This record gives sequence, structure tokens and C-alpha cells, in this order.
Amino acid sequence: MTTRANDWPDRLFETLKRGGVRQVGYVPDAGHARLIDRCRADSEIRDVALTTEEEGVALAAGAWLGGERAALLMQSSGVGNCINMFSLARTCRFPLLMLITMRGEWEEFNPWQVPMGSIVDPVLKLCEAEVYRAHTPEEVVGAAERAVQQAFGGERIAAVILSQQLIGKKVWTK
Amino acid sequence: MRLERRAAMATLLANRGDDLLLIPGLGSTAWDAAAAGDDDRNFYLWGAMGGAAMIGLGLALAQAKRRIAVITGDGEMLMGLGSLATIGIQRPPNLAVIVFDNGVYGETGMQPSHTQSGVDLIDVAGACGIGTCLDVRDEGALADLARRLKHLSETLFARVLIAAEEPPRVLPLRDGVALKERFRTAIGIKP
Repeated sequence: MTTRANDWPDRLFETLKRGGVRQVGYVPDAGHARLIDRCRADSEIRDVALTTEEEGVALAAGAWLGGERAALLMQSSGVGNCINMFSLARTCRFPLLMLITMRGEWEEFNPWQVPMGSIVDPVLKLCEAEVYRAHTPEEVVGAAERAVQQAFGGERIAAVILSQQLIGKKVWTK
Repeated sequence: MRLERRAAMATLLANRGDDLLLIPGLGSTAWDAAAAGDDDRNFYLWGAMGGAAMIGLGLALAQAKRRIAVITGDGEMLMGLGSLATIGIQRPPNLAVIVFDNGVYGETGMQPSHTQSGVDLIDVAGACGIGTCLDVRDEGALADLARRLKHLSETLFARVLIAAEEPPRVLPLRDGVALKERFRTAIGIKP
């Protein structure tokens, strides 16, 4: 059970591969560490480290203009950085697939994470994103598959939200 | 001496070739590109300020056999300075980022931009690891840039010093979905 519960990032990676994703933009994030490693190790995927998340919204638009599928990995705080750039995806109906790890909800130690974390869902919905939340390892693949379909099949913004409960709390003292 | 923006754009796009894909940044560079002649392989930005270079990066990675030119203004580039760092570590050989720098925000009333007060975009691009960074201040340097654009072999950054002027607006198509679809169709991507 433990092994299975911990391997959801690998299954998420396989879902991206099945979905034909060729470019992955990311701002480094502990919750996505395993998925980022898998993307970096894959010869068919171009991993693009970003300085800020809205770069990834523009990257995904450019990828689609050129006929490729992209995904954007970020932490919940990154959603706030993206809001104006979402206009690009909405106005032009660019597919935008986002995988978002949550902070500021379950057992959060750092209060500075709470203001943005607490409004991720409504902000994404205001931006007309389809939002699929995974609370447990078993929900991850289903949520990601629906998001892949919505993003690339429907040319929409689609977000998978990975709950903090799924990721586990950040260890502050070692 | 500063170059005239419409003439500079026309020089860069003359005999552009079927494989040159253009991302004009929002505002004056989009009007300049439209004035040089509309083309289905132009994806004009009417928004997404700060995003032009990154759209170019995603496109360059997806279309390795085509040349990609991002031509944008200094204000637009300043909003996305981080993207130069991102491009600096990716360095696709088929991407050129060209900044028309007039030192002002022309669309909003000619307020001074940071470049007028000492921020040097060439230094920034060079410090980010972009190998070829060109300072274009006269017709000869512009002609050289146009030649290099025809045969891109490494990521190129160029600052083109242009005069702060406001030629009559030439407005391109502004339906984003239509711009996207005609661009993809023009380069042979199936829906």
C-alpha cells in the first residue's frame, strides 16, 4: 500500500506521456520533484525550467501554435502569478494543462502560503478553467486523464489540483 | 541616429521565406508587422504583455525546422525579463528575439521606459547566456541582422534602436482564435 500510495507522480508522468505531452514547463516544487525528475530524464520531453509560472502559459501557447502539447507544473502560489497571462489561453482558446500542487491548506506550517492557497479553486473557476481535484493517490490518474482530454480535446484551460493531503506536509525541522 | 521603426520592420521581413514564423509583441510592433504586410504566419499579440519571447520559445522548440522571430518592444520585453533567463538555458538555434527599443511606452503616452535610464537589454540577454547579442544602431547593422535572420544557427538577441515616433496605426486581425487557426493551418498542422 505504501509503495502504491507513493508512486502517484510516476502514474502522473505516464498519463502525460500517453497524452502526447512534449514540452513541460515548471517552477521547481517539492511536491512535483519526482515528476520533474521523470520529465528531465525522458528524451522525448523537453523540460523547461521557468523563472515564473506565467512564462509557462505563454510557452504552452507557443507549443500549440507549433503543433506540440505542453504541460505546466506549479505550486498553488503560481496560479496567482498566471492570472493575466491566462487571458492568452482564454482569448485564443489555447489548450493549457496545469498540474498544481497545493500549499496553504492541510496542516500548513507557513501562514504566508494560506492567502493564495485558499483562493486557488475560485480563481481558476473565474478564469474558466476546468478543475479536477485529487485528494488521494487513487484519484490522480482519473483527474489527470480528464484534464488532458479537456485541455487538448476541448482547447481549454484544465487544471489538476493535487491536495496537500496527498503530497504530505513539508518537513521544517530535520 | 535612431532607425525608423516601419522601415526597420520592412527590412527584417523582406523576402522572409516560407519558414519564418513571426510573433509580434503587443502594441506598436504588431502594427509595424501588419504595416509590412499581413501574413498567416504572423501571430500578432494584442495582449499577453511579457509573454512574446516565451511564445517564441515554445514555438521554436515545437518547430525545430523553421525559423522563429519574436519582434517586440522594450516595454514588453522588460515585463518578461525572466524569459531571457529561461531562453538562455534552452538556447534553441532557430529563435531570434528582436527588441525595438525606443525607450518609451508608446501606446500609453510616451512615458519613459527603464531602457532610457540605463537598463541595457543587450547586457541582460548576454548575462542570461544568449550567445549572439547584436546592437543595431544603423542601416548597416540592420542589414546584417536581416542576413543573420535568414540563416539562424544559434539563439540570437538583437536590440534595434528606433526613434520614438507614432506612425499611423495599421491594425491586424484581432480575433485570437482566428489568428491561431490560420497560423497553424499555414504551417500544415491538422486541426
